[in-house]
Amino acid sequence: MALLEVSNLEAFYGQTQVLRGLSFKLEEGSVTAILGANGAGKTTTLRAICGMVRTSGEVRFAGARIAARATESIVRYGIAHVPEGRGTFMRLSTEQNLKLGAYTRKDAAGVADDLERVYRYFPRLKERRNQQAGTLSGGEQQMLAVGRALMMRPKLMLLDEPSFGLAPLLTEELFRILGTISSERQVSMLVVEQNASLALAIADHAYLLETGRIVMSGRARDISRDETVRKAYLGY
Amino acid sequence: MDLFLQQTSDGLAFGGIYACVALAVVMIYQATDHLNFAQGEMAMFSTYIAYSLLHHGVPYWWTFLLTMAISFIGGVLVERVIVRPVEGTTVLNEVIVFIGLLAIFNSLAGWIWDYTIKPFPSPFPDKAPFGITFIGPHDFGVIGVTLVVLAAVFLFFRFTPVGLAMRAAAQNPDSARLVGIRVGWMLALGWGLAAAIGSVAGMMVAPIVFLEPNMMMGILVYGFAGALLGGISNPVGAVAGGFMVGVLENWVGTYVPFVGSELKLTAALVLIVTVLVFRPSGLFGHVVVKRV
Repeated sequence: MALLEVSNLEAFYGQTQVLRGLSFKLEEGSVTAILGANGAGKTTTLRAICGMVRTSGEVRFAGARIAARATESIVRYGIAHVPEGRGTFMRLSTEQNLKLGAYTRKDAAGVADDLERVYRYFPRLKERRNQQAGTLSGGEQQMLAVGRALMMRPKLMLLDEPSFGLAPLLTEELFRILGTISSERQVSMLVVEQNASLALAIADHAYLLETGRIVMSGRARDISRDETVRKAYLGY
Repeated sequence: MDLFLQQTSDGLAFGGIYACVALAVVMIYQATDHLNFAQGEMAMFSTYIAYSLLHHGVPYWWTFLLTMAISFIGGVLVERVIVRPVEGTTVLNEVIVFIGLLAIFNSLAGWIWDYTIKPFPSPFPDKAPFGITFIGPHDFGVIGVTLVVLAAVFLFFRFTPVGLAMRAAAQNPDSARLVGIRVGWMLALGWGLAAAIGSVAGMMVAPIVFLEPNMMMGILVYGFAGALLGGISNPVGAVAGGFMVGVLENWVGTYVPFVGSELKLTAALVLIVTVLVFRPSGLFGHVVVKRV
């Protein structure tokens, strides 16, 4: 059974329709990439799954209908969203930010373990654990956002432009860690990324979005070989 | 020197009350970006509830705790039922609701308990401890009680998961929802806490100014002044500001000849305007450090 099943999803900002009937599936334990130009509706797709925009259509997560529920209820199913803009709690410390990620969990020992695990993935965060999170660099805040999502011990991670504003070396590092997380922890991922080649490198499946519609879908390997995708999104 | 000490300690006692009001105001301001103009009237209403409880023979400290609990529930209900429908609409809507609440609580208190001035007891003994004479026993008690309340609030926000969640919800509501925090309820909880803290201010000030429906009007202005002086974005600053306003008010009243006790409230208003003009973020208000 698919972990996430989206059918005929539409999304609106006010009167403007942004998603025009998306349908796709995400298998448990797999990494799926959503590619597309600016304004294609990539971010909106993630926001729609989390109930942060007005939607119609159906979203099923592990069999449960989650569309039209409140964001804070949806995430409790085990969906962690790493939002565009990183969503840092600016005036709280790094460690408080991470602990908030585990807000819905009751197993204190497990939370402590996961905190150590996040610090192992991102040693920089450990160095800055007591620092006000608003003073972290962009890259560090991106690590913090991923770390906060991991603290939920999610079944599915929605990653919105994880490479945004990162130096190339850091980006590679982050994607290496994401790859590790998905294989070690069996976390499924839905990744939205401008940097298509990076996303395709860790993805199993990919969907190409244009003006709110899926225009191409398939295995990541096949998509990255496709002539039009290569020209339009990979740049060679 | 005696006069100076007396006026200062007197000021600290009132300052504690202002600090409670300021803290209540700042808690709601942080979560919603709006000043709750009804904070004072809610505190006054709570004090009337305490008055009724005392009248029915409930011992003072039980009354004190019960009133805080009732105020907490009342605050939560006010947010859920009255404020929530206009939340996130326009600033004007919310301000009008706040002012409406002010009028409602004021009239309701007058209607239930009438407008005659009523005495309200002080729970503190007739003499301040340790043979202290420069400070009245009630003033001494007020400073103690407000410090305990403020410390409890501080510990709550600093060390409990719910306190942390409330701060998170105030700072970044979207992000808070994404980690599963029920932001709406955090807001209601904030209103409840603010109402409970306000009730302490009401019960502490009532023995001094006597109980009547308008007793918190002036106090609220001082509370606003304290919150602004300390920094409306900083609860600790607001508390410090409250104490400072209390002391300043007394010094100005005593040492500036033309002010006296008549113009003290005006001094608070002048302070509000001065802060807004010269240092809108207050003495301890931080400009949020942000890196993009």
